[in-house]
Amino acid sequence: MFRDAWLIVGKDLRIEMRSRVGLNQIVPFAVTVLVLFAFALDTDQEALRTYAPGLFWVTVLLAALLAIGRSFAVDLADGAADRLLLSGIDPIAVFGGKAVAIAVQLVVLEVLLGAGVVLLFDVTVHRYGLLVCAGLAAAAGVATAGTLYGALVAGLGVRETLLPVLLLPVVAPVLIGATRAFQDAFGVAGAEGWAWLGLLAGFAAIYGVFGALSYGALLEEA
Amino acid sequence: MTLLGRFPALAGVDLDITPGEIVLLKGPNGAGKTTLLRLCAGLCSLSTGQGWVLGHDLNSERRMVRRRVALLGHRTGLYDDLTVTENVAFWARAAGADSTDVYEALERLSLTGRLADTRVGRLSAGQRRRASIASLVVRRPELWLLDEPHAGLDQQSRDTVDTLVRGAATAGATVVLATHELERIAVLEPRVVSVVGGVVRADDPTDSQGPDASSDAEDDRRVS
Repeated sequence: MFRDAWLIVGKDLRIEMRSRVGLNQIVPFAVTVLVLFAFALDTDQEALRTYAPGLFWVTVLLAALLAIGRSFAVDLADGAADRLLLSGIDPIAVFGGKAVAIAVQLVVLEVLLGAGVVLLFDVTVHRYGLLVCAGLAAAAGVATAGTLYGALVAGLGVRETLLPVLLLPVVAPVLIGATRAFQDAFGVAGAEGWAWLGLLAGFAAIYGVFGALSYGALLEEA
Repeated sequence: MTLLGRFPALAGVDLDITPGEIVLLKGPNGAGKTTLLRLCAGLCSLSTGQGWVLGHDLNSERRMVRRRVALLGHRTGLYDDLTVTENVAFWARAAGADSTDVYEALERLSLTGRLADTRVGRLSAGQRRRASIASLVVRRPELWLLDEPHAGLDQQSRDTVDTLVRGAATAGATVVLATHELERIAVLEPRVVSVVGGVVRADDPTDSQGPDASSDAEDDRRVS
């Protein structure tokens, strides 16, 4: 099963590297959103620093919608989704592979956007360990929930518009937990960062297990 | 019976196919040929009735069926941003085949040299079709389900497909294909089955192996 999961990871990441959709479209979109936030709050540098964690994670979630949609679009484009069903690959491996590939893209996006936040919003990182752990756990949570809901809407003609409506409320705990953890890491609020990290890890674990167990049935309906 | 939306795409299918047979599904557009092929691949569910493919129940063992069949549909099942070799290798690894099988398949479909390293998105429709067939060859399926296998192919590639079909049947695999190119397929001496309005009407009178299609289809709807 792990071999099959890595096969999916390799395929999805190779496609993203070749197509450069992430680099040429998703990253510029995310940076643009971040810059617009900076424009909107630019007269108040203190407010920018205070709200930087929340603005960062809202931007990540918006960009994640594009990455998740794209992950399923490449399978649906020319019938590869049917081939995946016929391939005999365990649905759990497909779920795991797609989730890991999305998480890797999100982590890369977080690194680039993190640099943007430091430059644009003039924030200083006080706790690097917490920052890294929260970034990874949040990416895992968004990727697992996103893979699950991406499969849920994959077979529908309205999937591009339905995915945000379904997914954003579901990942609200990730937004809250990651924002609090980053506030602690940036030293802009007295949040208990490590406690919020627990929430992020729990969310990722729950959606990881739930997604793995239900993915086969979702693929059947897609 | 299989439903597409509210409408029965197939109703009244009574068809037995023995291993090694080449079966031609003949019928007008929208008759249900594609649905029948997808049903045999385990991609559609039966709304009512029973069916078995390669000994597996289509109601409860569709995953087992899928591992053993190859379906060439209207779409290629390939990724535009991967090269021909990468696509074929991906599906080969997914099926547990090795790199020798990949190069053998590419060779059989004349997809060697520069073509093998070209991204699928940059290929012509015929080349994409050949790459799609190559990605099925590596699976070594026991049941081939081919929907318009000659579509978009040049003469040489059509001959290659015919050779492949004949070779698969000789090796003991079963081939079910739907095509409008009846004259071309006639050389393969297939058993001809007519599908009209979602109903398998009858085996062709020239067929010497098929069952009597006039049997009571309403009582026993099955695909085995």
